[in-house]
Amino acid sequence: MRTAISSLELLEPRSLRDALVMLRDEGPLVPMAGCTDLYVSLNFGTLTGSRFLDLSRLDELRGVSRRGACLSIGALTTFTDIQRSAEIRRRLPMLASAAAQIGGRQVQNRATIGGNIANASPAGDSLPVLAAAEASVVLLSHDGQRRIPFVSFFTGYRQSVRRPDEIIVAVEVPPVDGRQWFRKVGTRAAQAISKVVMAAVRGERPRVALGSVAPTVIRVRQTEEILASNGSLADAQQMLLTEIAAIRDIRSTATYRRRVAANLLAQFWRETAHAG
Amino acid sequence: MRFVLNGKTVDVRAHPMKRLLDVLREDCGLTGTKEGCGEGECGACTVLLNGQPVNACLVPCAHARGARVTTIEGFRGRHALQDAFVKEGATQCGLCTPGLIVAASTLPRDATPDEVRLALAGNICRCTGYAAIYRAINRARRARRTGLPAGAPRAPGKRAKVGRAGLPRRSARTAAKRARAGP
Repeated sequence: MRTAISSLELLEPRSLRDALVMLRDEGPLVPMAGCTDLYVSLNFGTLTGSRFLDLSRLDELRGVSRRGACLSIGALTTFTDIQRSAEIRRRLPMLASAAAQIGGRQVQNRATIGGNIANASPAGDSLPVLAAAEASVVLLSHDGQRRIPFVSFFTGYRQSVRRPDEIIVAVEVPPVDGRQWFRKVGTRAAQAISKVVMAAVRGERPRVALGSVAPTVIRVRQTEEILASNGSLADAQQMLLTEIAAIRDIRSTATYRRRVAANLLAQFWRETAHAG
Repeated sequence: MRFVLNGKTVDVRAHPMKRLLDVLREDCGLTGTKEGCGEGECGACTVLLNGQPVNACLVPCAHARGARVTTIEGFRGRHALQDAFVKEGATQCGLCTPGLIVAASTLPRDATPDEVRLALAGNICRCTGYAAIYRAINRARRARRTGLPAGAPRAPGKRAKVGRAGLPRRSARTAAKRARAGP
């Protein structure tokens, strides 16, 4: 491990209120929960920040509930919890699919949906699902609460609108009309960081979101328009390639990513062509 | 910091951000839990935290406070899986073995071959294939079902048919039963 542990400090609030007061008065603090990304940075010595706020004991932030017509998923809900939730499997099967493909069991048992959002990685596998589902991120600070539409939450590579005194408490998902589809492409079927990841909904208004092809998760609105107006799949694929900004990195080449993104769009459209 | 380690309450003085992996190996002297990748990919450091498999390299020890932690030492060398790994030669360098056994111990009894593979997707073996490992897991499950120790010699001619990945081909009867029971 390449981080000197003795230089780190951990604050352990007993309640959500305590946590918000600590964030306001003792910041800057890095919130932590499942630690499955944070401890990778710790192990490799690339940690940013040295003072941490442990949210993991704030049980009120765990679990799936209804909030009006929306499904409210607490920030501390793990990807194992998500796979087991009957409500999510019924209403948001594409999220259950994504949850089953994030890391191995050991990671799914610890990693939280709030952490996946807070990390703001372009490769976060639950993010295209939440973008396609038009979810909102619920942020809470000592001063109050605000709800941010999912795609406006991210402002750049690993950047978001979350202020240092705020924590993500939940993500709210409205009812999703239409057939849901999710696919992740990585180096192996299980447990790999995505080269391209797509979540899509085929309803009256098709919605397509992708990860790992731009600095943040993206919705491809113009591609959606073409699909909605019964344009050809070839035109939609052409448009998709102008809307993404695939890059070459350690995991893949830009050419491969572009090809796969176009293929995924075709696969989504083919597989959701018939109801049922 | 107090937690229950392999059934016994222990008290450890450690920084709350210290990795559970290091607390187990350095403070508790239990070196059965191995460090592989240090990034949650390989599963060599798998332990049970309140009964669930987790990567000990990604757990701050503060999260073990008040929890139950089970390491490979908790299996006391007598678990059916340990016996079966020996009998099937399901180990080469051995670094992945403790993690594999700990992870496999949480499999439901009726897990299908695909479920076994998925549940172990977070445990990587770089020496060999996974055939002997799946054979060992299957042997242990068979042993638990029949009540015979995993090392008991098999009656001649009764050897289970083994598929490509070393997992038994499901009999038509079990498949039919499974189909009736639904997913």
